Amino acid sequence: MNKTLPVLLFCAGVFAAAATPSTLAQVRVEIAGVASNQIPIAVAAFADEGVAPAQVSAVIKADLERSGVFKVIDAGTVLSESSAIDYGLWKSRGADALVVGSVRRGGDGRLEVRYKLLDTIKSSELSTMANTVQPKSTRLAAHRIADDIYEKLTGTRGAFATRIAYVTMHNSRDYRLEVADADGEGMVVAAYGKEPIISPAWSPDGTRVAYVSFEDRKPVVYVQNLVTGARKVVSNEKGSNSAPAWSPDGTRLAVTLSKDGHSQVYGVNADGSDIRRLSNSSGIDTEPQFSADGQSIYFTSDRSGGPQIYKMGANGGAATRVTFKGSYNISPRLSSDGKTLAWISQRDGGFSLYAMDLASGQELRLAEGATEPSFSPNGKYLMYATKGGGRTGLAVVSVDGRVKQRLTTQAGNIREPNWGPFMK
Amino acid sequence: MRQFKSLAFIVSSAALLSACSAPVKLTDTPVVERSTERTAPPAADSRDIRPVETGSVDPLNDPKGELAKRSVYFDYDSYVVRDDGKPIVEKHSAFLNKNKARKVLIQGNTDERGGTEYNLALGQKRAEAVRRAMGTMGVSESQMEAVSLGEEKPKAIGANEAAWAENRRADIVY
Repeated sequence: MNKTLPVLLFCAGVFAAAATPSTLAQVRVEIAGVASNQIPIAVAAFADEGVAPAQVSAVIKADLERSGVFKVIDAGTVLSESSAIDYGLWKSRGADALVVGSVRRGGDGRLEVRYKLLDTIKSSELSTMANTVQPKSTRLAAHRIADDIYEKLTGTRGAFATRIAYVTMHNSRDYRLEVADADGEGMVVAAYGKEPIISPAWSPDGTRVAYVSFEDRKPVVYVQNLVTGARKVVSNEKGSNSAPAWSPDGTRLAVTLSKDGHSQVYGVNADGSDIRRLSNSSGIDTEPQFSADGQSIYFTSDRSGGPQIYKMGANGGAATRVTFKGSYNISPRLSSDGKTLAWISQRDGGFSLYAMDLASGQELRLAEGATEPSFSPNGKYLMYATKGGGRTGLAVVSVDGRVKQRLTTQAGNIREPNWGPFMK
Repeated sequence: MRQFKSLAFIVSSAALLSACSAPVKLTDTPVVERSTERTAPPAADSRDIRPVETGSVDPLNDPKGELAKRSVYFDYDSYVVRDDGKPIVEKHSAFLNKNKARKVLIQGNTDERGGTEYNLALGQKRAEAVRRAMGTMGVSESQMEAVSLGEEKPKAIGANEAAWAENRRADIVY
């Protein structure tokens, strides 16, 4: 496998994204549902935002709207962080908060993006921030501002500056592992080939992706450094190697190996050394996922007949059953706050996305026709793959089921989404 | 090689023709010719050459041979080799037992219904079923590797039973 080619594509993709601002999306986002109580917020055009290759205030507005949590009001005017503010005016227009800012070109070619979040009811400043970025990272600066707004007004860290990975297939012969911003922009091909790629998994620091490739006529687990393009085989034991999941500290991976005659869960160092068996059943144990505190591993097991979700210690040992309703429960995913388990359950003939509050055991059906879920790093949203009309696509739903988004693409088939972590 | 063949053809044709040139006497009484008492074939010309192809043909490359079938099919939700798969298992086991240097990859598949990784594990069960069946016929573990392609490389596309049945399959790959 040519290592330099993916690196070149990575670089080319970044430059392309910078040159053509908002419309080069491979993935378009449509909003279909919103939160029950939305915060009305007015967003002004930023002073001199035309010097940047992307319109900062437009990116912020789109982020806030997509979250479903805000009712975004276009201020219809330019306001910078040093403009005089008529709080009464904005209050009368129904806005509880106001976003203002500016973009300035620095001497070294970098851009300084400044912003302020204002409380119109208290007539006070809620937050301010300055970001200095290369022009190609204009959208990132805007996403960071949207994250700050989201956090100040909801109390939860925003996930607008995160990235997603997913696999596309074209003509049954071209498979691509693609990385894009959480809003679908800035897509870059990270890996591509003639054989399938499945189960991408971001490392906790967001610089590497583990995945399963079939390029050797069997499933093998790789870890690829996204920055350098270097790939390492983490597991190519006899039989099948799949389902990589990172420990929260990024030093180990849990994987499914069939090397002992049937699919079981094992642990391995990120460099492929020190393979240790963790699960112990005579049937199928697969799809391991670490809990956020790294102490437990949830996994799918059919030891009771059909697939159900179980939990064991991160070093293996006795497993306890977690799902009891329905006869087919797979794909456990854990939220970063440790509170929620999401998974796929086959009920009434179809596959649905469910969420369970781990403290109470309460279940909620979030979406139908869903597989392969992935939590946003703030635990508030789930991205998943949909199957409909012979094509697959991606969708997002909030953990309370209210906010819904569909990600449509011109690509043939898009599946296996994995939401990346918070990064600096 | 071809030149020798045609030369041999010409030479042997000439020999035949010269043998037939002697006229056969027709009489009223039928003459029963018994093949066992036929006169010996004309003595071969000591300069004849009959060409021979060297090396044996690889039985794996014969599309009509008994090793041509490499797929074992499974019923829905089943991971047991069906009766119609047993002859295939037997033939390839016999071949591998005679040819200890040969190795096979046994690739298990599933239809497209269900989760990606769970289907990978189910496909693995099909591959293992074939591997164990070959093992009981004496094939050594070092000659076999059972792996899964899950639902990722379907042979038939479609959300119908015909396509699903085609994909519930383990393939023996050399």
